[in-house]
Amino acid sequence: MTTERSTSRAAWLFLTPALVLIGVFFVLPVIASLLLSFTDFDIYAVADLRNARIVGVKNYGDLLHAPIFWTALRNTAFFAVVGGTLTMAAALAAALALAARRPFNGFFRTIYFTPFVLTVVAIAIMWRYLYHPRYGLLNYLLGLAGLGPIDFLGDPHWSMPAIIVLAVWRNFGYGMLIFIAGLQAIPAQLYEAAQLDGAGAWARFRHVTLPMLRPTFVFVGVITAIGFFQLFTEPYVLTQGGPLKSTLSVMLYMYEEGFRWWRIGHAAAVAVVFFLIVLFVTWLQLRLQRERTA
Amino acid sequence: MTMRRLLRGLAVATAAVLGCTQPSGDITIRFWALGREGEVVAPLIRDFERLHPGVHVRLQQIPWTAAHEKLLTGFVGDATPDVAQVGNTWIAEFVTLHAIQGLDGMIAQSRDVSPAGYFPGIWQTNIVRDTVWGVPWYVDTRLLFYRTDILAQAGYANPPTTWDEWLAAMRAIKRRVGNDRYAIFLPTNEWNPPIILGLQAGSPLLKDDGQYGAFSDSAFRRGFEFYAGMFTERLAPVAGSNDVANVYQEFGRGLFAMYITGPWQIGEFSRRLPPELQDKWGTAALPGPAGPQSGVSMAGGSSLVMFKRSQHQDIAWQLIEYLSRPDQQLRFSQLSGDLPARVEAWRDSIPGSGLMSGKYTRAFWEQLQRVVPLPQVPEWELIATRVYEFGEQAVRGGVPPAEVLDRLDREVGRILEKRRWLASRDH
Repeated sequence: MTTERSTSRAAWLFLTPALVLIGVFFVLPVIASLLLSFTDFDIYAVADLRNARIVGVKNYGDLLHAPIFWTALRNTAFFAVVGGTLTMAAALAAALALAARRPFNGFFRTIYFTPFVLTVVAIAIMWRYLYHPRYGLLNYLLGLAGLGPIDFLGDPHWSMPAIIVLAVWRNFGYGMLIFIAGLQAIPAQLYEAAQLDGAGAWARFRHVTLPMLRPTFVFVGVITAIGFFQLFTEPYVLTQGGPLKSTLSVMLYMYEEGFRWWRIGHAAAVAVVFFLIVLFVTWLQLRLQRERTA
Repeated sequence: MTMRRLLRGLAVATAAVLGCTQPSGDITIRFWALGREGEVVAPLIRDFERLHPGVHVRLQQIPWTAAHEKLLTGFVGDATPDVAQVGNTWIAEFVTLHAIQGLDGMIAQSRDVSPAGYFPGIWQTNIVRDTVWGVPWYVDTRLLFYRTDILAQAGYANPPTTWDEWLAAMRAIKRRVGNDRYAIFLPTNEWNPPIILGLQAGSPLLKDDGQYGAFSDSAFRRGFEFYAGMFTERLAPVAGSNDVANVYQEFGRGLFAMYITGPWQIGEFSRRLPPELQDKWGTAALPGPAGPQSGVSMAGGSSLVMFKRSQHQDIAWQLIEYLSRPDQQLRFSQLSGDLPARVEAWRDSIPGSGLMSGKYTRAFWEQLQRVVPLPQVPEWELIATRVYEFGEQAVRGGVPPAEVLDRLDREVGRILEKRRWLASRDH
């Protein structure tokens, strides 16, 4: 009994620092933004707190009637669905190619993973040069093929695809590593058994690899979706949400409302709505995966 | 107990280290400057330090795109500098926050800074509630850049001075250049053209001490109808600045013959237009509805402000004074390409100036005599973006101007609701 109590005390002791940090830097801000979303906290309230009013759910009502919020939501969803899917596909393809222990595979894994650990700002600036309509490498290559220069970041039709390509390139290395771990955990006997039963390469992939990778898929899918929904840095650095709002994401919209126009109450409402959306998408994903396994 | 002692020890050590970097008697002030201005001001700062032994100025350069946020978060985080460059439309906001220092007393005693040395409209932008809060550093306004050859071919030797003349000239150009070329380029994603035309028609833009929009009133409507008419008559292409990949190339090709833009374009046009076109473009003060005197434009530019929390306001003021001296103003203008706020720096009597009679700057001198401040409310920047967003409904969406302006006023009324509440509460 006593040992149990002392064990639990030790556990608390070890957990306390982390819990305090989570409390101060996560739980409190979340509660604060929830409360702020019911006020009209703005530049006048920064000057004097008495200038803030409690406005109930007005911020939420305004938000649902703001076309720009829906534009941002549509852009973000498009980015998450297309970009997320492409990232998963690229990650799986790279993992399948590099899972085996062969010479140079370690080298390539490192190379593919490197973008993930670089700062996004540095990457964004580098890609801005690649995309440059006059001096960019991509347009140089298009020029060699006899195709006209494309203003990737300045043309509303190309800006979002350009950002998706960048994001896929940056993020697939992480999924790749997780997939490799998942692939290596699949017992070799299963493949041997399948082979003895006459299964070809595709059948083995379809009926052994994919089912065994399901838990890995769920994990990578959820992490990728959450990460992609939080699109911010790439458009912030490259396009500031333009041209014609074509790359405005919900996070960027929230940032502009909060720190450009200083409409904190409004921005907090965006944060809360978005939190619920991401929560719902995550729940949906877990739910779908569970149903499929069942 | 031991923890507290450890912390105290750390604090003492930190103070000692910080103390070492700042020998007694020396004063460090912090100066935030924005974008290119932040780069080119460095040699002026070094000279200021030379004149003031023991004073060190820490210059920090902040990109324009992040400047506004950075200044506000700096205020909230209690980390404002001593002196900063701010866009003159931001001053009202910092006054509301009680972040910056009123300068009336210092200006009254100053030998270097006095209102008489500045363009009246520009000086006005620094006054909020009868107090001066900033000193103009450089000025910005918009006027007409035009192709002299295209205008001449259309039968006009001189740029227009009235709206009627302007319209006639644009129609004549349009007749000559045909369907796929235009008389003027007014980027639909810029608020300046409709706002300036509204100012010219005599609109105050906001009314009742900035509590309501005045956009559906007759004055602004007249300016806006003139603006929208240029698109319906196809004198101007329905295009934003992103739709025209390279304005210099298109101006050179003659896609449009006129363009309302600002002083930095003098340098760009000189650099980017091909040599054979260099004697075929000019600048002109804007035409007005009732002749040149009504051809006003907006009073833009940057000011230098001093923050209330500055510990060294006397030194901070000396820096502002130094940067306001006519010789330093001219030097800064030559380094940055900006136009000096100080009128003395324009005059030919100052060696090396010649701005007042310069081929392209002359028109700016004329225009700056009639510039009007934009509304001094913290919400202005947001309202300005709404003006072009709603303007696009008329230009691109075919909504009648009167209807667009009613919508715009409703939206602006929503944005200004907080000001009305504050005013009614404080009465």
